[in-house]
Amino acid sequence: MSDIEERVKKIVVEHLGVEESKIESDSKFIDDLGADSLDTVELVMAFEEEFGCEIPDDAAEKIVTMKDAVSFLTTNSN
Amino acid sequence: MFNDRIAFVTGGTGSIGQAICNDFIKNKCSNIFSSTTNLDKAKNIDDQIKFINLDLKNITQDHLKEKINFEPDFLILNAGLNRDNLFLRMSDDEWNDVMDVNLNATFKLVKFFLKGMVKRRFGRIVFITSVVSFTGNPGQTNYTASKAALTGFCKSLSLEVASRNITVNCISPGFISSNMTEKLSDEQKNQILTKVPMKKLGNPSDIANTASFLCSDNASYITGQTIHVNGGLALI
Repeated sequence: MSDIEERVKKIVVEHLGVEESKIESDSKFIDDLGADSLDTVELVMAFEEEFGCEIPDDAAEKIVTMKDAVSFLTTNSN
Repeated sequence: MFNDRIAFVTGGTGSIGQAICNDFIKNKCSNIFSSTTNLDKAKNIDDQIKFINLDLKNITQDHLKEKINFEPDFLILNAGLNRDNLFLRMSDDEWNDVMDVNLNATFKLVKFFLKGMVKRRFGRIVFITSVVSFTGNPGQTNYTASKAALTGFCKSLSLEVASRNITVNCISPGFISSNMTEKLSDEQKNQILTKVPMKKLGNPSDIANTASFLCSDNASYITGQTIHVNGGLALI
């Protein structure tokens, strides 16, 4: 597991209160991990802080699964 | 009551804005910021209120990033503009200016500050609307439209952020003795007073007291509501 994936998982566990073992690459934040729409906004804000990058609204809207988050942050983080 | 809280009140040089800021001072708010386009007038106001020059007709998020370096707990959108005219004669500018200052600036400012409130899990947002947006008023199609829009905005936003301990409410003033109503003729004022069951204009402090209440812990279960402060002028 990459370092980025680890860090993303940690944030998701903290914010959504889900068990790490329940999180898979395809897990959707809303449908599978119990997030509501405001949770997803907060997750994006947490990713921005952790990875020192800005995630514009149109990109944020496309981050629906763990895989989406890891992929975006791999390309865009500092 | 408000130790350690930071407030931002738009239109702090107006009668109601000043009263709101003064009430926050009285309640020991640690930092009070306000926006104005009239920095000269601001110089004559209590210097505990920190004024920034902000033209609500023309703000961008970048603009705000430059000028603003605080994160308010209390956000009072009080600045309002009226450009009255019969609808048939209303110009595009008269319509757009009022929408820009009363509605669009509110959109931009809330967008700018809301993230911080969500992160801190605390916020008190208050929109100052107006009794006329509920009753209608000839000559004010633009003003009443902008204020009515704020009511809808308040309701929807309040539902989105309620779970984050952020309340969003409106205060709808009736006829308040202020810079806006000063412009009315004596005849107009008397006519209005016949419609007000309490037979008097309100005071800016009536609005300020309500704003402080909505920001206080006593109002923490109130959200999405409009508090009408109008001496009985309209019962909504």
